[in-house]
Amino acid sequence: MKDKGIAALAGRIARAICLLALWLPMLAFAADRVPKPVIDIANPGKCVEDTATMRREHPDMLKHQRDLTMHEGIRTRKHSLKECVECHASAKTGSVLGDKGFCQSCHDYASVRIDCFACHASKPKLAMGAKP
Amino acid sequence: MSADPNDGLTRRGFLAISAATLGGVMLAPGIRLIEIAGARAPEQAVSRQVRWGLLIDTNKCAPGCDDCVKACATENGIKSTGHPRTDPQWIRKVELKDMRTGRTHSAPVMCQHCEHPPCVDVCPTGASFKRADGIVLVDRHICIGCRYCMMACPYKARSIVFEEVTGQNPDVPRGKGCVEGCTLCVHRIDRDRQPACVEACAKAGHNAMIFGDLNDPQSEIAQRVAKYASTQIRADLRLNPGVRYQGL
Repeated sequence: MKDKGIAALAGRIARAICLLALWLPMLAFAADRVPKPVIDIANPGKCVEDTATMRREHPDMLKHQRDLTMHEGIRTRKHSLKECVECHASAKTGSVLGDKGFCQSCHDYASVRIDCFACHASKPKLAMGAKP
Repeated sequence: MSADPNDGLTRRGFLAISAATLGGVMLAPGIRLIEIAGARAPEQAVSRQVRWGLLIDTNKCAPGCDDCVKACATENGIKSTGHPRTDPQWIRKVELKDMRTGRTHSAPVMCQHCEHPPCVDVCPTGASFKRADGIVLVDRHICIGCRYCMMACPYKARSIVFEEVTGQNPDVPRGKGCVEGCTLCVHRIDRDRQPACVEACAKAGHNAMIFGDLNDPQSEIAQRVAKYASTQIRADLRLNPGVRYQGL
Protein backbone atom coordinates (compact mmCIF):
# COMPACT_ATOMS: atom_id res chain seq x y z
CA MET A 1 0.00 0.00 0.00
CA LYS A 2 2.74 2.41 1.04
CA ASP A 3 4.71 1.76 -2.18
CA LYS A 4 1.60 2.43 -4.29
CA GLY A 5 1.06 5.75 -2.52
CA ILE A 6 4.66 6.84 -3.22
CA ALA A 7 4.37 5.74 -6.86
CA ALA A 8 1.17 7.77 -7.27
CA LEU A 9 2.82 10.84 -5.69
CA ALA A 10 5.87 10.49 -7.94
CA GLY A 11 3.57 10.19 -10.93
CA ARG A 12 1.71 13.33 -9.93
CA ILE A 13 4.97 15.27 -9.44
CA ALA A 14 6.23 14.07 -12.82
CA ARG A 15 2.99 15.18 -14.47
CA ALA A 16 3.24 18.58 -12.77
CA ILE A 17 6.83 18.99 -14.00
CA CYS A 18 5.76 18.08 -17.53
CA LEU A 19 2.93 20.59 -17.38
CA LEU A 20 5.27 23.29 -16.02
CA ALA A 21 7.78 22.59 -18.78
CA LEU A 22 5.02 23.14 -21.31
CA TRP A 23 3.55 26.18 -19.60
CA LEU A 24 6.71 28.12 -18.69
CA PRO A 25 7.74 29.02 -22.22
CA MET A 26 4.18 29.99 -22.99
CA LEU A 27 4.19 32.26 -19.95
CA ALA A 28 7.54 33.71 -20.96
CA PHE A 29 6.36 34.50 -24.44
CA ALA A 30 2.99 35.84 -23.35
CA ALA A 31 2.29 39.11 -25.12
CA ASP A 32 2.29 41.30 -22.04
CA ARG A 33 5.40 39.93 -20.38
CA VAL A 34 8.05 41.63 -22.54
CA PRO A 35 6.33 44.33 -24.54
CA LYS A 36 7.34 44.37 -28.18
CA PRO A 37 8.94 47.64 -29.23
CA VAL A 38 6.67 50.22 -30.79
CA ILE A 39 8.06 50.79 -34.23
CA ASP A 40 6.59 53.77 -35.97
CA ILE A 41 7.56 53.78 -39.62
CA ALA A 42 6.66 56.92 -41.49
CA ASN A 43 7.32 55.58 -44.98
CA PRO A 44 6.71 51.83 -44.84
CA GLY A 45 8.09 49.71 -47.65
CA LYS A 46 10.49 52.39 -48.85
CA CYS A 47 13.63 51.06 -47.16
CA VAL A 48 16.78 50.43 -49.17
CA GLU A 49 16.58 46.66 -48.56
CA ASP A 50 13.80 44.30 -47.51
CA THR A 51 12.88 44.06 -43.83
CA ALA A 52 14.55 40.71 -43.16
CA THR A 53 17.85 41.89 -44.66
CA MET A 54 17.68 45.17 -42.79
CA ARG A 55 16.99 43.48 -39.46
CA ARG A 56 19.89 41.10 -39.79
CA GLU A 57 22.47 43.11 -41.67
CA HIS A 58 22.06 46.79 -40.87
CA PRO A 59 25.08 46.88 -38.51
CA ASP A 60 27.34 45.45 -41.20
CA MET A 61 25.98 47.80 -43.82
CA LEU A 62 26.55 50.81 -41.59
CA LYS A 63 30.04 49.66 -40.66
CA HIS A 64 30.99 49.07 -44.28
CA GLN A 65 29.62 52.43 -45.35
CA ARG A 66 31.32 54.25 -42.48
CA ASP A 67 34.76 53.02 -43.53
CA LEU A 68 34.13 53.94 -47.16
CA THR A 69 32.98 57.42 -46.21
CA MET A 70 35.65 58.07 -43.64
CA HIS A 71 38.66 56.80 -45.57
CA GLU A 72 37.70 57.11 -49.22
CA GLY A 73 35.29 60.02 -49.18
CA ILE A 74 32.50 57.96 -50.72
CA ARG A 75 29.30 59.66 -49.68
CA THR A 76 26.63 57.62 -51.39
CA ARG A 77 23.30 57.93 -49.62
CA LYS A 78 21.97 54.38 -49.79
CA HIS A 79 23.53 52.82 -46.69
CA SER A 80 24.50 55.94 -44.78
CA LEU A 81 23.44 56.47 -41.18
CA LYS A 82 22.45 60.03 -42.05
CA GLU A 83 19.87 58.74 -44.50
CA CYS A 84 18.52 56.24 -41.95
CA VAL A 85 17.95 59.13 -39.55
CA GLU A 86 16.45 61.32 -42.28
CA CYS A 87 13.76 58.76 -42.97
CA HIS A 88 13.22 57.10 -39.59
CA ALA A 89 13.20 60.09 -37.22
CA SER A 90 9.90 60.19 -35.38
CA ALA A 91 7.38 62.74 -36.60
CA LYS A 92 6.64 63.70 -32.98
CA THR A 93 10.12 64.08 -31.50
CA GLY A 94 12.12 64.46 -34.70
CA SER A 95 14.59 61.89 -33.36
CA VAL A 96 15.44 58.19 -33.72
CA LEU A 97 16.12 58.07 -29.97
CA GLY A 98 13.68 58.17 -27.07
CA ASP A 99 11.40 55.40 -25.74
CA LYS A 100 9.48 55.12 -28.96
CA GLY A 101 12.31 56.21 -31.25
CA PHE A 102 12.99 53.93 -34.21
CA CYS A 103 16.52 52.97 -33.20
CA GLN A 104 16.29 53.04 -29.42
CA SER A 105 13.00 51.17 -28.95
CA CYS A 106 14.28 48.11 -30.78
CA HIS A 107 17.78 48.22 -29.29
CA ASP A 108 16.32 48.48 -25.79
CA TYR A 109 14.16 45.43 -26.52
CA ALA A 110 17.14 43.47 -27.80
CA SER A 111 19.33 44.83 -25.00
CA VAL A 112 21.96 46.16 -27.40
CA ARG A 113 23.68 49.43 -26.62
CA ILE A 114 23.97 51.81 -29.55
CA ASP A 115 26.99 54.06 -29.40
CA CYS A 116 26.32 55.71 -32.77
CA PHE A 117 24.45 58.66 -31.33
CA ALA A 118 27.12 59.65 -28.82
CA CYS A 119 28.71 61.35 -31.82
CA HIS A 120 26.22 61.17 -34.68
CA ALA A 121 23.20 63.43 -34.82
CA SER A 122 20.00 61.59 -33.91
CA LYS A 123 17.87 64.12 -35.74
CA PRO A 124 17.82 65.09 -39.38
CA LYS A 125 19.21 68.47 -40.30
CA LEU A 126 15.84 70.14 -40.91
CA ALA A 127 14.36 69.10 -37.58
CA MET A 128 17.41 70.13 -35.53
CA GLY A 129 15.36 72.72 -33.65
CA ALA A 130 12.66 70.23 -32.58
CA LYS A 131 12.73 69.20 -28.93
CA PRO A 132 12.96 65.48 -28.08
CA MET B 1 34.23 75.29 -56.66
CA SER B 2 31.64 78.04 -56.39
CA ALA B 3 28.72 76.02 -57.70
CA ASP B 4 25.46 77.04 -56.12
CA PRO B 5 23.71 73.88 -54.90
CA ASN B 6 20.41 75.42 -55.98
CA ASP B 7 21.46 75.82 -59.61
CA GLY B 8 19.70 73.50 -62.02
CA LEU B 9 23.00 72.45 -63.56
CA THR B 10 25.65 72.04 -60.88
CA ARG B 11 29.34 72.20 -61.53
CA ARG B 12 29.58 68.45 -61.08
CA GLY B 13 26.73 67.89 -63.49
CA PHE B 14 28.25 70.27 -66.00
CA LEU B 15 31.66 68.65 -65.74
CA ALA B 16 30.16 65.21 -66.06
CA ILE B 17 28.42 66.20 -69.27
CA SER B 18 31.45 67.96 -70.72
CA ALA B 19 33.69 65.08 -69.73
CA ALA B 20 31.37 62.64 -71.39
CA THR B 21 31.33 64.68 -74.58
CA LEU B 22 34.98 65.80 -74.71
CA GLY B 23 37.59 63.89 -72.82
CA GLY B 24 35.96 60.70 -71.72
CA VAL B 25 37.54 58.22 -74.07
CA MET B 26 36.85 55.01 -72.20
CA LEU B 27 39.30 52.18 -72.72
CA ALA B 28 37.64 49.83 -70.27
CA PRO B 29 35.16 50.45 -67.50
CA GLY B 30 36.90 52.80 -65.11
CA ILE B 31 40.02 53.26 -67.22
CA ARG B 32 40.09 56.37 -69.31
CA LEU B 33 42.59 57.69 -71.82
CA ILE B 34 42.37 61.14 -70.25
CA GLU B 35 41.97 61.23 -66.51
CA ILE B 36 39.27 63.70 -65.61
CA ALA B 37 40.49 65.78 -62.69
CA GLY B 38 38.35 67.58 -60.17
CA ALA B 39 34.75 66.44 -60.31
CA ARG B 40 34.25 63.13 -58.59
CA ALA B 41 31.15 61.01 -58.57
CA PRO B 42 29.73 60.25 -55.08
CA GLU B 43 30.58 56.54 -55.44
CA GLN B 44 34.15 57.26 -56.55
CA ALA B 45 36.99 57.15 -54.01
CA VAL B 46 39.21 60.16 -53.42
CA SER B 47 42.18 60.35 -55.71
CA ARG B 48 45.86 60.62 -54.99
CA GLN B 49 46.14 63.03 -57.92
CA VAL B 50 44.45 65.72 -55.88
CA ARG B 51 46.23 67.57 -53.07
CA TRP B 52 43.90 69.94 -51.30
CA GLY B 53 45.52 73.03 -49.89
CA LEU B 54 44.91 76.46 -48.46
CA LEU B 55 46.74 79.67 -49.19
CA ILE B 56 46.36 82.35 -46.55
CA ASP B 57 47.39 85.90 -47.38
CA THR B 58 48.33 87.55 -44.09
CA ASN B 59 48.36 90.98 -45.75
CA LYS B 60 44.65 90.67 -46.41
CA CYS B 61 43.75 88.99 -43.14
CA ALA B 62 42.26 91.71 -40.93
CA PRO B 63 43.50 91.92 -37.33
CA GLY B 64 40.66 91.40 -34.90
CA CYS B 65 38.42 89.71 -37.48
CA ASP B 66 37.45 86.18 -36.46
CA ASP B 67 34.81 85.43 -39.07
CA CYS B 68 36.65 82.25 -40.09
CA VAL B 69 36.72 81.01 -36.50
CA LYS B 70 33.00 81.70 -36.06
CA ALA B 71 32.11 80.09 -39.38
CA CYS B 72 34.12 77.00 -38.41
CA ALA B 73 32.31 76.75 -35.08
CA THR B 74 28.90 77.08 -36.71
CA GLU B 75 29.64 74.62 -39.48
CA ASN B 76 31.16 71.97 -37.24
CA GLY B 77 28.89 72.44 -34.25
CA ILE B 78 31.60 73.56 -31.83
CA LYS B 79 29.94 75.27 -28.88
CA SER B 80 31.57 76.64 -25.76
CA THR B 81 31.18 74.32 -22.80
CA GLY B 82 31.79 77.15 -20.36
CA HIS B 83 35.35 75.94 -19.80
CA PRO B 84 37.39 77.93 -22.32
CA ARG B 85 40.70 76.31 -21.34
CA THR B 86 39.53 72.91 -22.45
CA ASP B 87 37.15 73.85 -25.26
CA PRO B 88 37.99 72.19 -28.57
CA GLN B 89 39.67 74.55 -30.98
CA TRP B 90 39.89 73.72 -34.66
CA ILE B 91 41.06 77.11 -35.88
CA ARG B 92 42.47 80.12 -34.06
CA LYS B 93 43.54 83.60 -34.96
CA VAL B 94 47.17 84.41 -34.21
CA GLU B 95 48.47 87.96 -34.01
CA LEU B 96 52.20 88.34 -34.67
CA LYS B 97 54.50 91.28 -34.25
CA ASP B 98 58.01 91.72 -35.54
CA MET B 99 59.68 93.29 -32.51
CA ARG B 100 62.42 94.92 -34.62
CA THR B 101 60.23 96.64 -37.19
CA GLY B 102 56.93 96.76 -35.37
CA ARG B 103 55.09 95.18 -38.30
CA THR B 104 52.02 93.21 -37.23
CA HIS B 105 50.35 90.28 -38.95
CA SER B 106 47.25 88.38 -38.29
CA ALA B 107 46.60 84.86 -39.53
CA PRO B 108 44.34 81.92 -38.87
CA VAL B 109 46.10 78.70 -37.85
CA MET B 110 44.45 75.32 -38.12
CA CYS B 111 45.52 71.76 -38.95
CA GLN B 112 48.17 72.25 -41.61
CA HIS B 113 47.34 68.99 -43.38
CA CYS B 114 50.95 67.83 -43.64
CA GLU B 115 52.19 65.49 -46.31
CA HIS B 116 54.16 63.69 -43.57
CA PRO B 117 51.91 64.18 -40.56
CA PRO B 118 53.53 63.42 -37.17
CA CYS B 119 50.07 62.80 -35.71
CA VAL B 120 49.69 59.83 -38.05
CA ASP B 121 53.17 58.51 -37.17
CA VAL B 122 52.42 58.36 -33.46
CA CYS B 123 48.82 57.11 -33.54
CA PRO B 124 48.76 53.65 -31.91
CA THR B 125 45.47 52.57 -33.46
CA GLY B 126 45.55 54.03 -36.95
CA ALA B 127 42.74 56.45 -36.15
CA SER B 128 44.80 59.43 -37.22
CA PHE B 129 45.26 59.08 -40.95
CA LYS B 130 45.86 60.98 -44.15
CA ARG B 131 43.29 60.63 -46.88
CA ALA B 132 44.57 60.06 -50.42
CA ASP B 133 43.80 63.67 -51.34
CA GLY B 134 46.02 64.99 -48.53
CA ILE B 135 43.42 65.74 -45.85
CA VAL B 136 44.53 64.62 -42.38
CA LEU B 137 41.64 63.27 -40.34
CA VAL B 138 40.76 61.36 -37.16
CA ASP B 139 38.62 58.26 -37.54
CA ARG B 140 36.62 58.55 -34.34
CA HIS B 141 35.43 54.98 -34.67
CA ILE B 142 39.02 53.87 -33.96
CA CYS B 143 40.29 56.75 -31.79
CA ILE B 144 40.88 55.72 -28.16
CA GLY B 145 41.52 59.26 -26.97
CA CYS B 146 45.16 58.70 -25.96
CA ARG B 147 46.15 62.18 -27.21
CA TYR B 148 49.56 61.16 -28.55
CA CYS B 149 48.70 63.09 -31.72
CA MET B 150 48.05 66.24 -29.72
CA MET B 151 51.56 65.93 -28.31
CA ALA B 152 53.11 65.21 -31.69
CA CYS B 153 51.50 68.04 -33.63
CA PRO B 154 53.86 71.01 -33.84
CA TYR B 155 50.94 73.31 -34.71
CA LYS B 156 48.77 72.54 -31.66
CA ALA B 157 46.04 71.79 -34.14
CA ARG B 158 44.24 69.04 -32.26
CA SER B 159 41.94 69.05 -29.26
CA ILE B 160 40.20 66.39 -27.25
CA VAL B 161 36.51 66.60 -26.44
CA PHE B 162 36.07 66.45 -22.66
CA GLU B 163 32.33 66.78 -22.43
CA GLU B 164 29.26 65.21 -23.96
CA VAL B 165 28.25 66.80 -27.24
CA THR B 166 24.65 67.26 -28.33
CA GLY B 167 22.99 68.80 -31.36
CA GLN B 168 25.73 67.87 -33.80
CA ASN B 169 25.59 68.77 -37.46
CA PRO B 170 24.56 65.48 -39.15
CA ASP B 171 27.55 65.87 -41.47
CA VAL B 172 30.03 66.39 -38.63
CA PRO B 173 29.73 63.71 -35.95
CA ARG B 174 31.56 64.72 -32.75
CA GLY B 175 31.61 63.22 -29.30
CA LYS B 176 33.29 62.91 -25.95
CA GLY B 177 36.58 61.09 -25.61
CA CYS B 178 37.92 61.54 -29.13
CA VAL B 179 40.60 63.79 -30.51
CA GLU B 180 39.56 66.13 -33.28
CA GLY B 181 40.88 68.87 -35.47
CA CYS B 182 40.26 70.81 -38.67
CA THR B 183 38.93 68.46 -41.34
CA LEU B 184 39.24 71.12 -44.05
CA CYS B 185 35.42 70.75 -44.05
CA VAL B 186 35.79 67.38 -45.75
CA HIS B 187 32.02 66.90 -45.91
CA ARG B 188 31.77 70.06 -47.97
CA ILE B 189 34.78 69.27 -50.15
CA ASP B 190 33.23 65.90 -51.02
CA ARG B 191 30.23 67.81 -52.34
CA ASP B 192 32.33 70.29 -54.35
CA ARG B 193 31.99 73.08 -51.83
CA GLN B 194 34.62 75.22 -50.14
CA PRO B 195 35.57 75.04 -46.45
CA ALA B 196 33.38 77.21 -44.23
CA CYS B 197 36.28 79.47 -43.18
CA VAL B 198 37.20 80.25 -46.78
CA GLU B 199 33.60 81.05 -47.60
CA ALA B 200 33.26 83.32 -44.55
CA CYS B 201 36.49 85.16 -45.38
CA ALA B 202 35.26 85.85 -48.90
CA LYS B 203 31.88 86.93 -47.57
CA ALA B 204 33.54 89.43 -45.24
CA GLY B 205 35.30 90.83 -48.31
CA HIS B 206 38.82 89.99 -47.15
CA ASN B 207 39.51 87.12 -49.56
CA ALA B 208 42.54 86.24 -47.49
CA MET B 209 42.03 82.48 -47.87
CA ILE B 210 42.11 80.49 -51.09
CA PHE B 211 41.22 76.83 -51.17
CA GLY B 212 41.98 74.48 -54.03
CA ASP B 213 43.93 71.63 -55.54
CA LEU B 214 47.67 72.29 -55.35
CA ASN B 215 48.26 69.60 -57.97
CA ASP B 216 45.98 71.15 -60.58
CA PRO B 217 48.01 73.73 -62.55
CA GLN B 218 44.77 75.42 -63.63
CA SER B 219 43.59 76.09 -60.09
CA GLU B 220 43.93 79.57 -58.61
CA ILE B 221 45.85 78.30 -55.59
CA ALA B 222 48.45 76.48 -57.72
CA GLN B 223 48.90 79.54 -59.91
CA ARG B 224 49.28 81.84 -56.92
CA VAL B 225 51.75 79.51 -55.24
CA ALA B 226 53.76 79.33 -58.47
CA LYS B 227 53.80 83.10 -58.90
CA TYR B 228 54.21 84.52 -55.41
CA ALA B 229 56.44 83.65 -52.51
CA SER B 230 54.60 81.64 -49.89
CA THR B 231 55.82 79.96 -46.74
CA GLN B 232 54.87 77.02 -44.62
CA ILE B 233 54.91 77.36 -40.85
CA ARG B 234 57.83 75.44 -39.35
CA ALA B 235 59.08 74.52 -42.80
CA ASP B 236 62.25 73.34 -41.07
CA LEU B 237 60.37 70.25 -39.89
CA ARG B 238 59.94 69.27 -43.56
CA LEU B 239 56.39 68.04 -43.05
CA ASN B 240 55.24 69.82 -46.24
CA PRO B 241 51.94 71.21 -44.98
CA GLY B 242 49.12 71.78 -47.45
CA VAL B 243 48.37 75.11 -45.77
CA ARG B 244 50.65 77.89 -46.95
CA TYR B 245 50.98 81.51 -45.89
CA GLN B 246 51.73 84.59 -47.95
CA GLY B 247 53.33 87.67 -46.42
CA LEU B 248 54.62 86.06 -43.24
